[in-house]
Amino acid sequence: MITKRIIPCLDVKDGRVVKGVKFQGLSDVSSPVTLADFYSRCGADELVFYDITASAEGRGIFTDILRETAKTVFIPLTVGGGINTLADFERVLGSGADKVSVNSGAIRNPNIIEEAAKRYGSQCVVLSADISLVDGKYTVFARGGRENTGIEAIEWIRAGVERGAGEIVVNSIDTDGVKRGFDLDMLAAVCDVVNVPVIASGGAGKKEDFIDLFRKVPDISAGLAASIFHFGEVEIANLKKALVDAGINVRV
Amino acid sequence: MIGIVDYGVGNIFSLCSSFDKIGFHAELIREPEKLGLCERIILPGVGAFGDARAKLRASGMEEALMSEIEKGKPMLGICLGMQLLFEKSYEFGEYEGLGLVKGSIRPITDVIPSDYAVPHIGWNALDFCENELFKYIKKGDFVYFVHSFYGADCDESVIATTEYGARLTAAVRSGNVWGVQFHPEKSGDVGLNILRAFCEMKGE
Repeated sequence: MITKRIIPCLDVKDGRVVKGVKFQGLSDVSSPVTLADFYSRCGADELVFYDITASAEGRGIFTDILRETAKTVFIPLTVGGGINTLADFERVLGSGADKVSVNSGAIRNPNIIEEAAKRYGSQCVVLSADISLVDGKYTVFARGGRENTGIEAIEWIRAGVERGAGEIVVNSIDTDGVKRGFDLDMLAAVCDVVNVPVIASGGAGKKEDFIDLFRKVPDISAGLAASIFHFGEVEIANLKKALVDAGINVRV
Repeated sequence: MIGIVDYGVGNIFSLCSSFDKIGFHAELIREPEKLGLCERIILPGVGAFGDARAKLRASGMEEALMSEIEKGKPMLGICLGMQLLFEKSYEFGEYEGLGLVKGSIRPITDVIPSDYAVPHIGWNALDFCENELFKYIKKGDFVYFVHSFYGADCDESVIATTEYGARLTAAVRSGNVWGVQFHPEKSGDVGLNILRAFCEMKGE
C-alpha cells in the first residue's frame, strides 16, 4: 500500500537555509546539504528546496548546493522558486532535482506547464499554488502570496493538471504560520477535482494536525511543512510514529 | 566498471552519485563501442516510451546493448529503462520494445480503482521472492515509485510486486536481464542496497 509522505521544505537564500534552524548536534544548521542529510536520516520521504535568491550569482550557488545535496541524499528532491522557463527546468534537473515546482511562473505563462510536461514528463512537473479565501472564493496569489491574481483557484488547479502537471502543492495563505492545522476544506475541494497526488502545505503546528489531515482528507498524498521541523517543534521520527499509532500508513 | 547508458533521456545525476556512495565506479557511456568495457550495465530512462526507444536506437547504443546482453553481462533497467525491456508499449500509441522480457507496458488505470491518484507517486512496499537483486533487503521494505504505466502479462518474469489498488509489477528478471519500475537511486538505503547487490552480480 502506498504510504503518506512527510516533506520538509527548506527556503534557501544565497546558499543558506533561512528561517533560522535550531538543532542541537548539527555542526552547520544553515547549510542546506547538512540539513537535507539530517532530515533524510530522520525519515523525511522527500525534500523541497525553495530558492528565494534574487541575484544571478545566488542562482549559481543554489545549483552548486543542489549538486552537493544530490551526492549525499538519496530521496526525491523537488526544487521551486524562480522557475519561469524551460531553461530553468533544465538548470535544476541537470543538477540533481527530480521534480520542479512552478508557481508564479505558471501564472505569467501557463504554457510552461505543458511545455515542461512534454519535454520532461508529467511526473517531473509540480504545480504549486498559494491560495486564500477572498469574498467566499478560493483565489490564487502570485509572488509568494503578495499579489492577488483574481484567478479562481480550484479551476486554476484543474486546468493545470489538464495541461500536464503531475502533482499539486496546495499552500493555504490563510492557515500558513497560524499553526492551527491544515486548511482541510480547501484541500478537500482541490482533491475533488484532480486525480494526481495532492500535497498539503500551510498550517501544521503539531503532530495531531497531520493525523487530522490524513484522516479527514484521505485523498491527500503528503503533508509539507517548514519551520515546525526546523525548530524541532515536530520531529519527523516522532511524527511518523504517531501516524503509525493512528493507523495511517507511513514509511518507517 | 558499471556503465550507465546515456542516450539523452532523463536525469542521471543522482544515479551516478549513488554508485559513488556505495563505492563502485560508474561511468556514463555515450559511445556504443565503450559499452564493451563495462562489466555491468544500467539502462536508465524517464519520459515517454516511444521517444526513448527512438533515441536509444538513433544513438547506436541499442545495438551495442543487445550484443553485451547476449554475452551474459548483468543488465539493470530502471523505470522507463525497465519498460523498454518489454515487447511492446501502449503509452501514447503502440511501440515496439527490446523484447527481452515477455509482456507489454499498459496504463495503470487499466487495473487500479478509479479513485486512486495517477501517477503512482511515492514510497510503496515491495513484495518479492528471494533473489540475488534483493539479497540485502527484506520483504515490505519501501521504495520510491513514479509512474503511470506498468508491466503487464509478464508473469513468468515478475520477481517483485507492489500494491496500489492492484498488484503492480515492481521488478522483472529474464536471465541476466533485470528491471525495476521504482527508482533505487531515490529509495534511500534500501535502494542503495539493491544497487549494491546488482554491482556484485557475476555475468553468466
